[in-house]
Amino acid sequence: MLVRRGDTLMVGGFGLVGKPLTLVSALSDNPDATDLTVISNNLGEPGVGLGALLAQGRITKAIGSFFTSNPDVVAAHAEGRLEVELTPQGTMAEAIRAGGAGIAAFYVRTGVGTKLAEGHEVREFDGVPHLLWRALRANVALIRAARADELGNLVYDKTARNFNPDMATAADLVIAEVDQIVPVGALDPEAIVTPHVLVDRLVLAHNRDDASDG
Amino acid sequence: MAELQQTIAARVVRHLAAGEIVNLGIGIPTLVADLLTAANGVHLETENGLLGVGPAPAADAIDPMLVNAGKQPVTALPGASYFSSSQSFGLIRGGHITTAVLGALQVDSHGRIANWALPGRPILGVGGAMDLLVGARRVIVATTHTSRSGDAKIVEECTAPLSAERAVDVVVTEAATFAVDGDGLVLVEIADGFTADWVADHTDASYSVADTALRQ
Repeated sequence: MLVRRGDTLMVGGFGLVGKPLTLVSALSDNPDATDLTVISNNLGEPGVGLGALLAQGRITKAIGSFFTSNPDVVAAHAEGRLEVELTPQGTMAEAIRAGGAGIAAFYVRTGVGTKLAEGHEVREFDGVPHLLWRALRANVALIRAARADELGNLVYDKTARNFNPDMATAADLVIAEVDQIVPVGALDPEAIVTPHVLVDRLVLAHNRDDASDG
Repeated sequence: MAELQQTIAARVVRHLAAGEIVNLGIGIPTLVADLLTAANGVHLETENGLLGVGPAPAADAIDPMLVNAGKQPVTALPGASYFSSSQSFGLIRGGHITTAVLGALQVDSHGRIANWALPGRPILGVGGAMDLLVGARRVIVATTHTSRSGDAKIVEECTAPLSAERAVDVVVTEAATFAVDGDGLVLVEIADGFTADWVADHTDASYSVADTALRQ
């Protein structure tokens, strides 16, 4: 099993767009995948995607920017079953990018003077206050792309790209769910967004109908 | 309510100029997209990773991989480009977005807004609002003048948590347009069908009045 108890996971997607639903569904079948910290912009919808994993009590902490769209998250938080670390969306994206680029922490103006500044060092640059944020990394990143070649080079599909290329850089193990795996050389090198050095495993996506059957 | 929101969105369109890179927030701002035509010359950016957002597709032409920040189906215009979340927010934080149009729960007398959390409720969603407020070169707020329960949304001090220390530049409601000048609100326009007295009665913040606002 590639995901173990207590792991920190990054899961790509903006809502369900660009979410690796086949991989998330497989987590439900892995009894070791519990006590998880999940870094993802949202936690799915009630009973769907990460929402299903939450309903099973497998997620203990969520780091993301927008959880109000899933009422199950609001309820789990209210009942003390889920710790939530809310991060402005751009700061979250940059924390993941930094985590994958060997940068330990960074300063941004975002959030200065708000409730989300609590606990963050404030430092002025050129007279403008900035907040210090630590980079984010994970044990495993589950990402979604449109196509891979056999080396693991990835291309994406429109706005399903979102956090996926960033997360591909910032985990010890990167598993990419794709619709199609093509021979090496079949992808235009100019179109490749994620180079294969970042990708460890490829999994073919079940289509949505298959996923709901199984 | 829907008609009121469309009215406000149409009033916002007049503030957008050709060549601008514009990001639309969720709610009334989203409605602006469908009111723009090629003649407006505005390029829409959505923070989930697209520059060149087009109008909503026909029901039989929806692409599930093509959505805006409100997760609604959109189209991509010729010349559009896709990019990652970190690059998108690099554009936003880096000052490359000309104008952000945002909704608001409240606006205070300095032009600062609260648009992400309700007072006394758990804080579980922020999205990109704070990034847009620090990064966009100009911020226009699009909001109803009062809440559904009739309370003023333009108030002396916000009771909801602020989204940023930065004041916005323009506040557009169905009844009025305020500019933010230095440290305060300036009523610069009263919409057709409304009066200065109506605006005063439904605004709980102090503001000054530009001479032009009273010219009918």
